[in-house]
Amino acid sequence: MSQFFQQFPTVFAALNVGFFQTLKLFFCTLLGALPLGLIISFGSMSKFKPLSAVTRVFVWIVRGTPLMIQLLIIFFFPGLVWGNPIWGGGESGRFAAATVAFIINYACYFSEIYRGGIQSIPVGQHEASQVLGLTKSQTFFRVVLLQVIKRIVPPMSNEIITLVKDTSLARIIALQEIIWAGQSFMKGSHGIAGQIWPLFFTGVYYLLFSGILTLLFNKLEKKLSYFKV
Amino acid sequence: MAILEVSNIHKSFGKTEVLKGISFSLEKGNVLSIIGSSGSGKTTLLRCINFLETADVGRITVDGDVIFDSDTQAKLSAKEKRDKQLKIGLVFQQFNLFPQYNVLDNVTLAPRLRAKELPDYKKNKKQIIAEIEEKAKALLAKMGLSDKLENYPCELSGGQQQRVSIARAMALEPKILFFDEPTSALDPELTGEILKVIRELAEEHMTMVIVTHEMSFAKDVSDHIVFMDQGVIAEEGRADEVFDNPQSERLKAFLNNINT
Ligand SMILES: Nc1ncnc2c1ncn2[C@@H]1O[C@H](COP(=O)(O)OP(=O)(O)OP(=O)(O)O)[C@@H](O)[C@H]1O
Ligand SMILES: [Mg+2]
Repeated sequence: MSQFFQQFPTVFAALNVGFFQTLKLFFCTLLGALPLGLIISFGSMSKFKPLSAVTRVFVWIVRGTPLMIQLLIIFFFPGLVWGNPIWGGGESGRFAAATVAFIINYACYFSEIYRGGIQSIPVGQHEASQVLGLTKSQTFFRVVLLQVIKRIVPPMSNEIITLVKDTSLARIIALQEIIWAGQSFMKGSHGIAGQIWPLFFTGVYYLLFSGILTLLFNKLEKKLSYFKV
Repeated sequence: MAILEVSNIHKSFGKTEVLKGISFSLEKGNVLSIIGSSGSGKTTLLRCINFLETADVGRITVDGDVIFDSDTQAKLSAKEKRDKQLKIGLVFQQFNLFPQYNVLDNVTLAPRLRAKELPDYKKNKKQIIAEIEEKAKALLAKMGLSDKLENYPCELSGGQQQRVSIARAMALEPKILFFDEPTSALDPELTGEILKVIRELAEEHMTMVIVTHEMSFAKDVSDHIVFMDQGVIAEEGRADEVFDNPQSERLKAFLNNINT
């Protein structure tokens, strides 16, 4: 027991460093994937058939294959096939590759949620806007958007909480996120070896983080409950 | 001179011709009702006049301005089309209120966005918005909704929602107001309050075109009746004449069906 209290500060500090990397990956993914997903959803709804076909096939491929493969391919492909390791070495290169893979993957999932939300808005909303003389962009931003947001909050919150846990996949290209940090204490990091409890402890981070997100999303849902769609 | 002139409107969906050359006109301050059996093309005609569908052939004039001409329509810019569209207003069967806005904002949204295009908007913004709100409140008072300004559509009855949507359409001061079965989505006991509102508008000489299945109301409120059948106007005339003395077999059959 006293050994545990000796080790705790070291483990805690190391896990915080790993968790910071996890958080960074999480927020960078959202920052990229939320808007990119909207662009992809417009592509998949385009009346220009070739564009919507290409977009939908792309989304199908990304959603139909494991994120783990996408991570490996995006990380290793440039170096092994083009002979041009664009990601550079070290942690920052791994982080860049992981972020790109996550953004592409999550943008595709988000795009389908956006598309479902946009297409579920009754055509009467568009027609009423039109006969009232609203422009296409006024119709989207003033009439449709908030209704879409209200509809997509529940599926988006599911997807975003999945992202919290999916960030651990970046471990496969040795990104030093929190699982990597927790696992390192089995192999002698900071002079601590053969310990599995730090790995359990990483679970607490995930639980707290997804718990906070759940609360935030519930709050948002409540905030939008003043109207019905 | 007629305020509305609709001439030779044709519209097909794929191979089926739904409107086969519709022409009629309407005097300022008059009320015209369009009756006819289901599928005869009444909604399609209203949608063509309100630009929700594009007629294949035809011409529509409002107050001397050509708002639609199938020969030149494609050349108009989006802004020109919107300006023409705003000469007329449309009230939907399903209300189509904006759920995230309260009653007052539903009515003021379009006028506020419209006002932004005024040259002096920036300078007189406060005053312009105040005027728009005042006018909206007056309209809503007329609709008997003064105590509902802050309510959201989901908090209103169907009849109240439809009254908001009438106020919303009138806030843009259209020269003609079109209604597509304004009471069909309502419970029977709420129908009366909408018909009353339309009657009051008729007394104030609002020019209106109403598609309706309420025959006694149509007879009562309208100056002119158009009876549509299979994409053509099978008969038209003064309200009392059309109902009391129908000429065509099809109209006779239609009226008989309704009354039984
Ligand atoms: N978008 C469309 N595509 C194909 N056919 C259509 C479309 N809209 C209407 N139609 C057809 O056009 C015909 C006329 O329809 P419309 O809705 O104008 O009739 P209506 O007189 O308004 O009938 P109701 O009294 O039931 O409202 C119908 O046969 C309908 O199936
Ligand atoms: Mg109809």
